[in-house]
Amino acid sequence: MADGKPLVHLRGIRKRFGSNEVLKGVDLDVHAGEVLCLIGASGSGKSTLLRCINHLETPDAGRVVVDGDLVGYAERDGKLHELPERQIRAQRARIGMVFQHFHLFPHLTALENVREAPMRVHKHSKQTATATARDLLDRVGLAEKAGAYPKHLSGGQQQRVAIARGLAMRPQLMLFDEPTSALDPELVGEVLDVMRDLAVQGMTMIVVTHEMGFAREVASQVAFMADGQIVERGAPADVLANPAHERTRSFLSKVL
Amino acid sequence: MAVDIQAVREADHAIVVVPRRRPWRWIGWAITAVVVVSIAVSFLTNPNYRWDVVGGYLFDQRILDGLVTTLKLTVVSMAIAAALGLLLATMRLSRSTLLRGVAGAYVWLFRGTPILVQLILWYNLAILVPSISIGIPFGPTLWSAATNDLITPWTAAILGLALNEAAYLGEIIRSGIIAVDKGQTEAANALGLSRFDAFRRIVLPQALRVIVPPASNEAIGLLKYSSVVSVIALPELLYSGQLIYGRTYETIPVLLVVCIWYLVVVTVLTVLESRLERRLGVGFRATTDGGKRWSRWLTGNR
Repeated sequence: MADGKPLVHLRGIRKRFGSNEVLKGVDLDVHAGEVLCLIGASGSGKSTLLRCINHLETPDAGRVVVDGDLVGYAERDGKLHELPERQIRAQRARIGMVFQHFHLFPHLTALENVREAPMRVHKHSKQTATATARDLLDRVGLAEKAGAYPKHLSGGQQQRVAIARGLAMRPQLMLFDEPTSALDPELVGEVLDVMRDLAVQGMTMIVVTHEMGFAREVASQVAFMADGQIVERGAPADVLANPAHERTRSFLSKVL
Repeated sequence: MAVDIQAVREADHAIVVVPRRRPWRWIGWAITAVVVVSIAVSFLTNPNYRWDVVGGYLFDQRILDGLVTTLKLTVVSMAIAAALGLLLATMRLSRSTLLRGVAGAYVWLFRGTPILVQLILWYNLAILVPSISIGIPFGPTLWSAATNDLITPWTAAILGLALNEAAYLGEIIRSGIIAVDKGQTEAANALGLSRFDAFRRIVLPQALRVIVPPASNEAIGLLKYSSVVSVIALPELLYSGQLIYGRTYETIPVLLVVCIWYLVVVTVLTVLESRLERRLGVGFRATTDGGKRWSRWLTGNR
């Protein structure tokens, strides 16, 4: 899998919030079609790292490159100059994101949630955007819920709409920030099923998760983070079943 | 040891539920009925209300002219104040220290001084600034006029009411915007929506739910408070009434006429408000009733 240029290429990512250094120089490569699961204890920097990839957080140092494009900055004279908003938006539009708490737009129906960005950002006509949105809702198994408002959907259904909303922008990369952590246990499966289908269809995904079963089964790589660094990384069979690092062993012994 | 659920259930089904008795509820109704009826009887039978005089003035041309003036003042001032208030709110929430500072100073000044004084100052602007001109600073003048020609009672009243109200509405709008979860903006950003689209399509419709009730309060307050413009000799509803009873001494009946008109307008406003609230609440209630043409237009959701 490691042939050719990676789709996502992170080098030396650092981020601090006040006196707390959350990311201490992270390097990471993800190739097209791969599924990377980021695991680790809360506060280890997984979510912050994910949010640096679509520039929702601005890294203090380091480079984020997605599909050959430096995200958020232009490099000139050995310095990184922050890009104008318009260009950052164009970069973000190619990266889908799913949040722990869904963040669906509560005043819009499921269908309106999904078609909003294609209509505004890609200037798709209402008919085109609606047709695409219906297809996507069908793909996540919610065709019959198109007219429902988020409040009238279960957590699992809301998260599936959120995934459809992300897919509507035809992203090259999907980021998942603990997509099942806010769900009732019996609803986790339906969301993971949708994500598994996506992986099978070849979507490149970076998933912050505590679902070790999902990581073992679906991930092409698992990376374990602790204290703002990637401690260990490799195939799920190696990292999860046969961890090389003491910290990985200690974390896995608590969650498995 | 399993329990036979079916047997237990059949026993339970035989039990009848009797609602608690609520005698105080009936006593409350009785007392309220007595009070309402006695007030109504007094209204109808006490000759001092002079209902014949009230009827005579209800559609008096001077009263109706005053009503129209009051409505114009309220609608125009409120519209200008809403636009300016939205600007002030976004300025106060901006990352720019300059914009935040300017908006903060505006709110401080206009909330901090009596509207009566503001009105008198606007009306007498010519004393402070004899002429107003537009041009390049320290360069040629493109347009100029005497302040006295520009400032009529009307422009002074609109300026005073709108600029004052904008300070209050700005704070109400700001609180509405803050009340929207930060995740909404983040989700909009992650999708690549522009800041303008994210605000108009995602944040504003949700903020309006919080903004509309206090803003309606402000509109109703402004409707009645616009009577302060009588100090600059603009005859709105209340002042028109005062002009009439100043000559005829029919104080109470004329004031009743004025109150009836205020109540009529406030009733209409209240109905409009509750409709607007219902439309903005779509997606936030347990029920799924729709119908939101008005808010769709406002937020561009066709």
